Amino acid sequence: MSSLYEKIGGDGAVNAAVDIFYRKVLKDDRIKHFFDGVDMDKQAAKQKAFLTMAFGGPHNYTGEDMRKGHAHLVKNGLNDSHFNAVMENLGATLKELNVPADLIAQAAAIAESTRNDVLGK
Amino acid sequence: MPSITYGGQSYLCRAQESVLDCMTAHGVTIPSSCHSGLCQTCLMQAVRGSVPAAAQAGLKDTLAAQNYFLACSCYPEADIEVALPSTGAGKLSATVTAIRPLNADIVCLQLQTDAKLKYRAGQFINLYKDAFTARSYSLASVPGIDENLQLHIRKVPDGLVSQWIHQTLNVGDSIDISEATGDCFYTGDNPEQNLLLIGTGSGLAPLYGIIRDALAQGHRGTIRLYHGSETVELLYLAEELRSLSQQHRNFVYTPCISGNLVPSGYAPGMVADVALRENPDLSGWRVFLCGHPAMVESARKLAFFAGASMRDIYADPFKSAPQNNAAGSTPAATRNMTIDADLTLGAQASHAVA
Repeated sequence: MSSLYEKIGGDGAVNAAVDIFYRKVLKDDRIKHFFDGVDMDKQAAKQKAFLTMAFGGPHNYTGEDMRKGHAHLVKNGLNDSHFNAVMENLGATLKELNVPADLIAQAAAIAESTRNDVLGK
Repeated sequence: MPSITYGGQSYLCRAQESVLDCMTAHGVTIPSSCHSGLCQTCLMQAVRGSVPAAAQAGLKDTLAAQNYFLACSCYPEADIEVALPSTGAGKLSATVTAIRPLNADIVCLQLQTDAKLKYRAGQFINLYKDAFTARSYSLASVPGIDENLQLHIRKVPDGLVSQWIHQTLNVGDSIDISEATGDCFYTGDNPEQNLLLIGTGSGLAPLYGIIRDALAQGHRGTIRLYHGSETVELLYLAEELRSLSQQHRNFVYTPCISGNLVPSGYAPGMVADVALRENPDLSGWRVFLCGHPAMVESARKLAFFAGASMRDIYADPFKSAPQNNAAGSTPAATRNMTIDADLTLGAQASHAVA
């Protein structure tokens, strides 16, 4: 039984998804202001790490990393509505790449599991 | 509080203080330029103890393996002893072979190195005015085409190094330069890919090298260069670029003027706006952006939105260095200072120039 990461397509799938996902996020009026003045190359690397994690791939993130990494954004108002927007962009990205619905649901569940840490709850 | 030992003296390093900050605060001069972990001017070596991995980001494996690190991005977690790179390491001696005006503000500085410099067209070097004052400049020359190294050096008001080059340096003088670095260059692995190059001012230097390198390697995709300035007089190499476009059907040169007086043959408007308007779909393109940091940052986003992949966007914002204070400046001063319109450099590289 291959893993979710393998089923979705591994590193190749992440590379295909990162541009589509990051473009959606940067164009999304609900959340784009969180990315003002951010180094785009560094951010793309982070998006790739996030997608790798959501796809069930290898990553080193801990809940504590998620908390620390987003604390400054929470201070600036990051809340559930923004998290929902990111989840929506993730789903739309995978749909655009023709990933089957059951795999999208699995990836969404992994991303969803970070909600409390990301929002510092 | 970890201690940093340098030159037989120990200094206490405070929290949130880099090795470079700590040395500077104690009046110790370490060569530095961009203060952003990119230009590698502040390269040092840990001779005892180890440094966090982040202090070695972007270094060649061979340097990292020898415990080299960047003082500006090294926040020590334990006691270390550090040294400047051993004399001669990473530096080359060069002789000035020509200083030729390109326009009223920019000269082409031509150098011949004693030992052959290994580089790719579009990379940059650090040029040392003296042991402690260095600035980064992009190479406009192409290995295999140009016998000498060529740099386009814009006279920056009160710029320590650029003023020295414009006013004091002479043909025959000997100077030190670093080895070449930077990842803004042509790779030749996809000769059919379309290339879009956008530059302001002396940001043309690396682009001029990249274009000629691509053409020499037989690039077959379209190569579109947009070079922008406020006036016609501030553009340069226009004749050379026009003649290059006559020789190569796949190379298109579009000079852009942002000021009010726009003669025929020039596109009116800000260079990135013109380039993106004329090339609204950049899916599959490779994009090179060099020059004014504000142009580079806005064009990076526009090119990405127009379909270019982040992996295919190479950017070199030319930041200016803190004025009149080459080595002893604070990082904050570097980042916040007024950015001059067309400095020679930084990526993904951000290099300070002045």
